[in-house]
Amino acid sequence: MSNPKKKADSPWNRLVNGLFKENPTFVLMLGMCPTLAVTTSAMNGLGMGLATTAVLMMSNLIISLLRKVIPNRVRIPAFIVIIATFVTVVQFLMEAYLPDINAALGIYIPLIVVNCIILGRAEAYAYSNPPIPSFFDGLGMGLGFSFALTCIGAVRELLGAGKIFDTMVLPKSYVPINIFVLAPGAFFVLAALTALQNYIRIRLKKAGKADKAAKIQSGCNEDCMNCKEEGCSKRFYDTKKDAKTDAKTDAKAKPEAEKKEEKKGGEEK
Amino acid sequence: MSAQYHVSSNPHVRSASSTSSIMMLVVIALLPAAGFGIYNFGARAALVLLVSIASAVLTEFLFGLYKKKMTITDLSAVVTGLLLGMNLPVTIPLWMAALGSVFAILVVKCLFGGLGQNFMNPALAARCFLVISFPKQMTDFISTGKGALDAYTGATPLALIKAGESVSVFDMIIGKTTGTIGETSMMAIVIGACILLLAGVIDLRIPGSYIVSFAIFATIFGGHGFEPAFLSAQLAGGGLMLGAFFMATDYVTRPITVKGQYVYGIFLGVMTGIFRFFGPGAEGVSFAIVLGNLLVPLIEKVTRPVPFGGKGGKKNGK
Repeated sequence: MSNPKKKADSPWNRLVNGLFKENPTFVLMLGMCPTLAVTTSAMNGLGMGLATTAVLMMSNLIISLLRKVIPNRVRIPAFIVIIATFVTVVQFLMEAYLPDINAALGIYIPLIVVNCIILGRAEAYAYSNPPIPSFFDGLGMGLGFSFALTCIGAVRELLGAGKIFDTMVLPKSYVPINIFVLAPGAFFVLAALTALQNYIRIRLKKAGKADKAAKIQSGCNEDCMNCKEEGCSKRFYDTKKDAKTDAKTDAKAKPEAEKKEEKKGGEEK
Repeated sequence: MSAQYHVSSNPHVRSASSTSSIMMLVVIALLPAAGFGIYNFGARAALVLLVSIASAVLTEFLFGLYKKKMTITDLSAVVTGLLLGMNLPVTIPLWMAALGSVFAILVVKCLFGGLGQNFMNPALAARCFLVISFPKQMTDFISTGKGALDAYTGATPLALIKAGESVSVFDMIIGKTTGTIGETSMMAIVIGACILLLAGVIDLRIPGSYIVSFAIFATIFGGHGFEPAFLSAQLAGGGLMLGAFFMATDYVTRPITVKGQYVYGIFLGVMTGIFRFFGPGAEGVSFAIVLGNLLVPLIEKVTRPVPFGGKGGKKNGK
């Protein structure tokens, strides 16, 4: 416990963080466009999730390796170039080896470039953390995304077609509720599953596992003064900064912030 | 002496009307149309209505138990169930009617905070849910007054008009046509609407502007010009009357401003026209009203009346 930051950055911790604590779909509500659009079946959800995972891991790793080389001002274009490279790789691989899923996902594979989970993790984590944790952060986030998309896809496929992973699981007399494989169904299922996971969290908290639940509960209440989550990527209002670990990012962030303020002031005048 | 000066916060106007009394009146006003539906389509229509009402009330009851706040006595679940039932074809499987009621009460109403918080008319939202989910079963209309051999599907008067065939306007006004349980008889619906109008539950602002704007739209874009037979068939056919008098006027999902109500009515008329004349289906009342419901907050925002002495928009502004 002497170095809490290190603990938060351990590979295992990053994995769990992405899968549950900050699940990109159910908690952070990121990447809604592919979430809603491609989850018409469990297979599509899984395919989309794994493709995103591959891109996320690699882009996080490379961005983290290059974090001291990429100038702060052009970091977003640099991120996009790196992400786009891996998306292209993944797209070609899928075209070659998984043509069916590639056809089903269509435009949403190239659109991974602008998936806000990837850019978000690059900006929030990989750009200010070492490569190994960044890689596992990408893996955790990607698996969390895959898990969420597969769940949504499975529920939609079950209700809308009576199947899961293309296997008929409900009796033939089941009349499929079409709306669940159409666009509105995506919203219903996403909302219901998000509500379910919130419910489980609240129950866990009440069941005395307060400590554990608090850790899982990433529903950040923006109260960084009293939050003990040292490794939190959202620590904007950090008061008692861990001198060792934050000095670097601090030094980087400060001049930028000052410049921005100056610019703003100039515009106002 | 001091007891006479009772100081209280507003509202100061007292009235005997309550949610449940208004809902009761709506149920009574719906009875002629529902009764005609049962007469027209037979006992199964009654069964469909009963199932949809019962499942709506049961859902409300169970949700009330869960929330420990019983709202079942305001009768709104009965109205929702009845309206939904009247919007279903008589041949619909009963479990679909029940599913629609559960969706209406649970998803559209209770999850958003109960009566008064729902942003959409629950019965119509459920109808749209069912139409999208089960397009085949929801448009499976059988003709009445004919032998089983002559029973045919999907040919409501509006569908016939769309296909270029002629219909009997008189039959449509009486209601001896096919369609959903409660929409066929214009006469019965207008009787119910008169009850509501006389009781002061609704006024003519929304239904009037809705029907008039639809008639104008139909004249211009209907492709028949000003042809009384076509116009009256369009007005009497489908869910227009039921929608205009009983669903567009829903207190919760209509605009509260007077100007806004006219805007809302005209919007519904135009949208219904677009759905009917340019859409793939023959009917569009439910989608038009649901769409209108979504615009209500915006309509209210732009039509908010200026208080006396308040700043009157452009005139008094700078």
